[in-house]
Amino acid sequence: MTQWEVVIGIETHAQLATVSKIFSGASTAFGAAPNTQACAVDLALPGVLPVLNRQAVECAIRFGLAIGAQVAPKSVFARKNYFYPDLPKGYQISQFELPVVQGGALTVQVGSGDKAYEKTITLTRAHLEEDAGKSLHEDFHGKSGIDLNRAGTPLLEIVTEPDMRSSDEAVAYARALHALVQWIGICDGNMQEGSFRCDANVSVRPRGQAEFGTRREIKNLNSFRFLKEAIDYEVQWQINEIEEGRKIQQATVLFDPDTGATRTMRTKEDAHDYRYFPDPDLLPLVIDESWIDRVRGELPELPQQMRERFCAELGLSAYDAATLTASQDIAAYYEATLAVAGLANAKPCANWVMVDLAARLNKEGREIAAAPVSPQQLGGLIQRIADGTISNNIAKKVFEALWSGEGATADEVIEKQGLRQITDSGAIEALVDEVLAANAANVAEYRAGKEKAFNALVGQVMKAAKGKANPQQVNELLKRKLAG
Amino acid sequence: MSLTPEQVKRIAHLARIEVSEAEALTTQGHLNGIFALIEQMQAVDTTGVEPMAHAQDVSQRLRTDVVSESDRRAAYQAVAPEAEAGLYLVPKVIE
Repeated sequence: MTQWEVVIGIETHAQLATVSKIFSGASTAFGAAPNTQACAVDLALPGVLPVLNRQAVECAIRFGLAIGAQVAPKSVFARKNYFYPDLPKGYQISQFELPVVQGGALTVQVGSGDKAYEKTITLTRAHLEEDAGKSLHEDFHGKSGIDLNRAGTPLLEIVTEPDMRSSDEAVAYARALHALVQWIGICDGNMQEGSFRCDANVSVRPRGQAEFGTRREIKNLNSFRFLKEAIDYEVQWQINEIEEGRKIQQATVLFDPDTGATRTMRTKEDAHDYRYFPDPDLLPLVIDESWIDRVRGELPELPQQMRERFCAELGLSAYDAATLTASQDIAAYYEATLAVAGLANAKPCANWVMVDLAARLNKEGREIAAAPVSPQQLGGLIQRIADGTISNNIAKKVFEALWSGEGATADEVIEKQGLRQITDSGAIEALVDEVLAANAANVAEYRAGKEKAFNALVGQVMKAAKGKANPQQVNELLKRKLAG
Repeated sequence: MSLTPEQVKRIAHLARIEVSEAEALTTQGHLNGIFALIEQMQAVDTTGVEPMAHAQDVSQRLRTDVVSESDRRAAYQAVAPEAEAGLYLVPKVIE
């Protein structure tokens, strides 16, 4: 049987974070009544001219710098010609031969745990363009309704090389890109509202073959789950076609989330011929060095740089570093926690943020920015574990108390609820003696070689101490007494 | 380079222009005349000349990102052939 290799390239449309449209002064706010944010330029009324939004260009520059691309000193807008009612001009203003962002790369973590690996995806380009309006096909006496509020919304189309080799790699890339555009503040990342949508170009070829197979493009995937499901379905479909002796036809397909299948929208024969040409209404976009330098100076530390710093300076694993930099909110929370708990507690801080806090947030469906326990509170709690005031188990109790507002700080909760760990060896010894005296059967079992009996004794001591005895001290004392 | 009548019809279709057989022939003549002119221009040696994106040697003016347009839907829809519930109505399109 042939071994198949999957080849995937991704095009993403990210809606840029501007208040007005790319070529007009109409608002881009989401959810307005139909056509109340479509001005004369968006409607393509005769005589109107586009004027480019500086902020949209600045977003493109930020992105170019964040992925290590070349920001073109001179780029050109082109007309992409096609007819559709939600495109009033009969063409979309886009960039073709000279895009504003050229090249670049994004390094992503694929998978988790032992199987996790790093992969660098090469980007081809990113270009500025305007979005189209929206067609509503519900019945308006057999007609379609057109809402042009979205027409002219600024988009950055980000195109990769065909570098990905599985749906997992495609999803890892899409997630990393989604995090990055929000991190640098150029896109709100809201996938339900269509602010971030992906097209996947998918083909398969026998492993070892140099040429690519014929690709099909899956359009408009607006969730990571759909991206994965659509690619997995498409790959299996293409392999089946080829193995049954049929040829893959280049085509554009749609994914139906209800059936989990892809279906052909158009084939190459009726594919659009866009007849691109430079838009005479717009002059070349010139970006000088000083503008690029200013934007570079304003960029925050990027996720990749932060990951490297977490590994090198804090000694975290690549996986931990990747998880903690999944979003700016998580990273900020972690750094604020660390600032209180101290650098020596980098790993415990990571564990608390990634495991305990994440699980609690997940349970209540909350975002980390709205966590009831502040990084300062969590940092204070971790300090008390580190200095032996409380054990890890008691710490979980304190965390719950902080979560439900039973105290302003870990110290307050520990004092109020009397949770301070007993480290006075005299006090622990007294408890151990008590337990040994009262549990002669367990003692005998342990001496007869039953290791389990030891754990039962530890449990008894901890119970007598209401969980507050230092577990290490309890273990040592018990062992010494039983041996003696 | 010269165009065939089929290519002329294809271009007309892409531009959504209806042409008769006679018009296609006339247009073919016009377009081929333009191609002849282009061929003449292509004889010029342009080595080292940067392709031109615009006739004027100036760059794009940029606007500040502010909302300057208010809602004028009622005025725009008054001249639209058909509108309902705030939407422009068009012959049914579905892909």
